[in-house]
Amino acid sequence: MQKNASTLTQHNRSGWLFALPGFGLMMLFIVVPFVFAIVFSMTNQRLISPNPTQFVGLENYQQLLSVNILVLEPVITATGERKQDADGNLSYPRIRTYTRNNPDYAHLQGMKEWFTWQWQDKKVAILASDPVFMKAVVNTFLFVLVVAPLQGALALALALLINQRLKGINVYRAIYFMPVVVSIVVVSILWRFIYDGQNGLLNNLLHTVSLGHLAPVDWLGNPDTALGSIMAMSIWQAIGFHMVIWLSGLQTISPTLYEAAKIEGASSWQTFRYVTWPGLKNTAVLVLIVITMQAFALFAQIDVMTSGGPLDSTQTIVFQAVERGYGKQDISGGSAISVVLFVMVLSISLLQRYFTREKK
Amino acid sequence: MSHNTTDHHRLRLVVRYTVLSLIALIFIFPLIFMLVSSLKPDHQLLADTASLRAFLPVGEISLANYYGAFERAPILLFMMNSLLVTAVTVVLSLFFCSLAGFSFVYLNWRGKGVVFSIILATLIVPFETIAIPMLLMVSKLPWIGLDGLTWGWLNSYRVQVVPFIADGLTIFLFTQYFKDLPRELIEAARVEGSSWWQVYWRIVMPLSGPIIATAAILKFLVMYNQYLWPIMVTQQEQYRPVLVGLQYFFQLNTAWGEVMAYLTLITLPVLAFYLVLQRAFIASIASTGVKG
Repeated sequence: MQKNASTLTQHNRSGWLFALPGFGLMMLFIVVPFVFAIVFSMTNQRLISPNPTQFVGLENYQQLLSVNILVLEPVITATGERKQDADGNLSYPRIRTYTRNNPDYAHLQGMKEWFTWQWQDKKVAILASDPVFMKAVVNTFLFVLVVAPLQGALALALALLINQRLKGINVYRAIYFMPVVVSIVVVSILWRFIYDGQNGLLNNLLHTVSLGHLAPVDWLGNPDTALGSIMAMSIWQAIGFHMVIWLSGLQTISPTLYEAAKIEGASSWQTFRYVTWPGLKNTAVLVLIVITMQAFALFAQIDVMTSGGPLDSTQTIVFQAVERGYGKQDISGGSAISVVLFVMVLSISLLQRYFTREKK
Repeated sequence: MSHNTTDHHRLRLVVRYTVLSLIALIFIFPLIFMLVSSLKPDHQLLADTASLRAFLPVGEISLANYYGAFERAPILLFMMNSLLVTAVTVVLSLFFCSLAGFSFVYLNWRGKGVVFSIILATLIVPFETIAIPMLLMVSKLPWIGLDGLTWGWLNSYRVQVVPFIADGLTIFLFTQYFKDLPRELIEAARVEGSSWWQVYWRIVMPLSGPIIATAAILKFLVMYNQYLWPIMVTQQEQYRPVLVGLQYFFQLNTAWGEVMAYLTLITLPVLAFYLVLQRAFIASIASTGVKG
């Protein structure tokens, strides 16, 4: 009897046989390359190199992540006064006198200026081994921090709007969703036209609306507006996707709760606050996780629209990984960036999981 | 009094439809611009961006840009490549992922928990982070084809298909769906002596229409819109998909009309597919929101 039961419930051979093709492919094409990325990141592997590959430990990571502070005192002239330029600004020694072949500052060797600011009469400089990568990290986080909440909230607003009973509402739902199915590359090329500095549709629209008062802006060519423009476009493109997820969440909320709220005389805000929102908790977590993951993988828009420019204002981590690893054929450098990104994504999803568990 | 409330009601309806329509314009205007511009000669296309004419098929309208686009690039070849790679990957993906999902839901085997956890964990690995090691790897993989054993997968269809057959999301979607199928059916079939393969092929799959459509649509979108990987692995024209074909259109003096014609051509299949299967598309995204 016991033997019989175990043959009924244990199917080791069939189980493995059915799961193995899929699982094997995933091991070969996700897990193995991922392990390779970790291994390469600790070597000096290049795509084509005359020298054999060597193990270099954490050198690539050091090269990527090293940051240092340098405080510069004003230059004192021979007469003991502070040297000033024609405009009365204090002058400071050049940063490269510290970072190039200066034995007293060996730890700064090869570093470059990331950014500086004035503190009292001193100039404080933050140096990085790889300022471009640092900018990419900052931009990526900025992108995630702006896009995730904004896209989530706007998508929810659209879902609420579309969730009413109106004739032809399905047509609107279909239109709002449309950009999702179009390739992000196609969308990026179209938006280059919209953002164009001279003949751009956006500038023309602003010109007309402001009756000619607003001067045209080169949206993608200006370091102050480039990243924001890409954020706006990215939100626009994927919002329909998240709208639909919210919509499916909304439809799981029992109508009796709404009826009860109506009988109690709740205002529409109160209904949202005490009925709709609590019912959407799980959906909210999911939307947030999906948006965050997508935002961290920001690549195609950058590649098509700005290539990281102007002045590195739209560099992102994935763009750097691809440019390094593929463009410059520096496999080890690109792999190290990939691993850093993975650690970031992993920690953030663990954090999100932790926080969402707390609330339950 | 009642006359007043119907007026009020009507006004509210007008406001609602106006708001909905204005938002719709925001979502659709780039696509209209693309379609309309593809019909205009370059000088007019650029001049028209200064006014609402950018969205209207007026002036010198012709299909000249489309003829030009076909001369500039082997569009039919790229189109066939894209459709071939996409279709083959979708079909194989549905088969292998549903098979794995079946195994996770209905079969008990040692190691199942660990294997399933690994598959779920892959969901947080962005593809771009493994693209470069994978490029190195596939460039050295063996393959047994018509001309015997060969090494290196670059410039081929297989390099665009095989790595994408199995993915965590598709397997996950199938397991979620299979869990809700009535167990009695499966048990009854087993008692009658069906093999697991027969249960899978004769009973479970015929009941899985909705999830097959869902998984197919999601995979179709991902595959047809692939960008980074095909650029890396197809140096030869013969195997290139449509998005890599875009490179033919950006030269010193970009012919924007032709670019727009090409963009329209590569977008139309997806849009047509979407408009016909709209409900299924939206349902497919909605079901990724099913809480696991």
